[in-house]
Amino acid sequence: MSERVLELRAVRKSYGVGSAVETEVLHGVDLSLNHGEFAALIGPSGSGKTTLLNLLGLLDRPSSGELLLLGQPTRALDDESRTRMRGRGIGFVFQFHHLISAFSALENVLMPEMIASGRPSPAQRADAMALLDAVGLAAHVHKLPGELSGGQQQRVAIVRALISRPALLLADEPTGNLDTQTADQVFALFRQFNRERNLAVLVVTHDPRLADRCDRVIQLVDGRIVRDEPQAKPQSA
Amino acid sequence: MWFSWHVALRLLRENRSQTLLIISGVAIGVAAIVFVTALLGGLQRNIIDRTLGSQAHIRVSAPDEAARPLRQTEQAVKITRVDQRAQRLNSIEQWQAVEAALLRIPEINAISLMVTGPALARRGEATRSVAVLGVDLERYNQIVGLRAALVEGRFALAGNDVLIGSELARVLGIGLGDRLRLDADAAGGDIYTVAGIFTLGQRDIDQRFVYMGIKPAQALLNLPGGISAIDLKLNDFFQAEALAQRLKRTLALKAESWMAVNANVLQAIAAQRATSLIIRVFVGISAAFGIASVLAVSVVQRARVIGILRAMGARRRQILLAFLMQGGVVGLLGSLLGCAIGMLLVAGYMAAGFNQSRVGLFAISVSPELIIGAALMATLVGVLAAAAPARRAARLDPIEAMRSV
Repeated sequence: MSERVLELRAVRKSYGVGSAVETEVLHGVDLSLNHGEFAALIGPSGSGKTTLLNLLGLLDRPSSGELLLLGQPTRALDDESRTRMRGRGIGFVFQFHHLISAFSALENVLMPEMIASGRPSPAQRADAMALLDAVGLAAHVHKLPGELSGGQQQRVAIVRALISRPALLLADEPTGNLDTQTADQVFALFRQFNRERNLAVLVVTHDPRLADRCDRVIQLVDGRIVRDEPQAKPQSA
Repeated sequence: MWFSWHVALRLLRENRSQTLLIISGVAIGVAAIVFVTALLGGLQRNIIDRTLGSQAHIRVSAPDEAARPLRQTEQAVKITRVDQRAQRLNSIEQWQAVEAALLRIPEINAISLMVTGPALARRGEATRSVAVLGVDLERYNQIVGLRAALVEGRFALAGNDVLIGSELARVLGIGLGDRLRLDADAAGGDIYTVAGIFTLGQRDIDQRFVYMGIKPAQALLNLPGGISAIDLKLNDFFQAEALAQRLKRTLALKAESWMAVNANVLQAIAAQRATSLIIRVFVGISAAFGIASVLAVSVVQRARVIGILRAMGARRRQILLAFLMQGGVVGLLGSLLGCAIGMLLVAGYMAAGFNQSRVGLFAISVSPELIIGAALMATLVGVLAAAAPARRAARLDPIEAMRSV
């Protein structure tokens, strides 16, 4: 396996291609992320952060350039294969947690497994229970998302992102709607799994406090990377 | 598959009121279909039973005699008019061979030979024109259930015994064991003994039919050794007209099906069937629209969920399947509930005695085929109705979908 989880080569993304209002959002982005790296992606609104994240998550395709996930080129793949790679390789955590209200916390966590292989096995269930226990939710596994607090929901979402043991975790403003204390707990979880599993984490955030605690900060302005440097001494979590 | 099924059930269960609404809609439609189908089916069976209760599916008889004028030649007088011939009572030629041929046809279930013709019944001052039917009772009973229609006397004919209809007995004022004179123009008449009285439920028959043995009938109608008609019963009575046409061609005899004789009955049945079909089709369409519109709303409401599932690796096909399954489940549950309601309606209808007909109550039954058919159809309609919403769900772009809250 390549050392790189993710590699972008001269990726451009335009919207409204062929129309009068064609706008290029990303102007040739080169970026790579190694296994076990913990990076923050920062930038003002409209700088292209979300667009970039959608590309990284294989939710969208670059207009030009190439994106390699675990060493494999993805631009030419069909929707089916991209969906499969997304399911196996990448975990997502969103700002609005995006749990499915009809399913319990445990079922939400098992959702990627159910999508991939149907009815979850006892081992998978045990795995999910252990993870939920690890994030302090053992007592809440059978509750519906509506019955959990915001921080609890976000923790369920993180466990869900990790259940299929992805190499890469993409988080979009994961603490955006949490209070400071809960945000710290959530961030600590990222750090914990990053260390325990050699998981590559890319966090999109507005919060400088959060960015300061990552190992590497990537700054995007107007569709270009203007800063990409390791943090000399990341504050420990 | 399991994933789609799981999601389908869970989404249906989460939105309980919506699901119940759409299931009730389907149920009401199916109940209407079940009730109407059962009612019309019962009515139709009743009409057919009444019609076929007293006649054969096909009657084969000697061909009509046709006028055969000499071929016109140049010397001959030109014929300007050909009179129809008066039809005499004729025996079927070579009827033994005809019977043997009929016995070899697999569609035929029973055969009864018959000598039949008109006569005048006389008792004292009263006279009545009657139809004489010389039959072998056991064989005839396979065609028309005469044994069951017997109200007095015994079901056997010896010597000059006759069975007469209850109306005729009333008009002539005779009863069991009484004597009766029958005259046919051909060979005079004879005295007969009433051995039994029947009521077939059709006034015309009950006052005109006189059954006797084949031999006395041959003597009375002056057809010694002859058979004037052969009655047939088929395995499938709706095949009667087709088979009659075939027999006409192959045997060169007259063959009349009950369908040709009772064209009005067939018309009524066809009209009922068309009505039933139209009701079913329109109710089916409206149920399909109901399912489709509710699911279409559901897809819009669930756009975010669909987006999340897609982001987590759910394939388009899995999403498509989940929504098709919702349609199928709603259709199936709705149809089962509808069948139950339909059966209750039928039971209530019968309990209230609304199923009166001219000859008493007729039976309405909900057949297992109807239930299974309705369930299958409704499930299929549900899946088809879900097709458009499901395709929309599968096509949702995950990014767009997640953006909608």
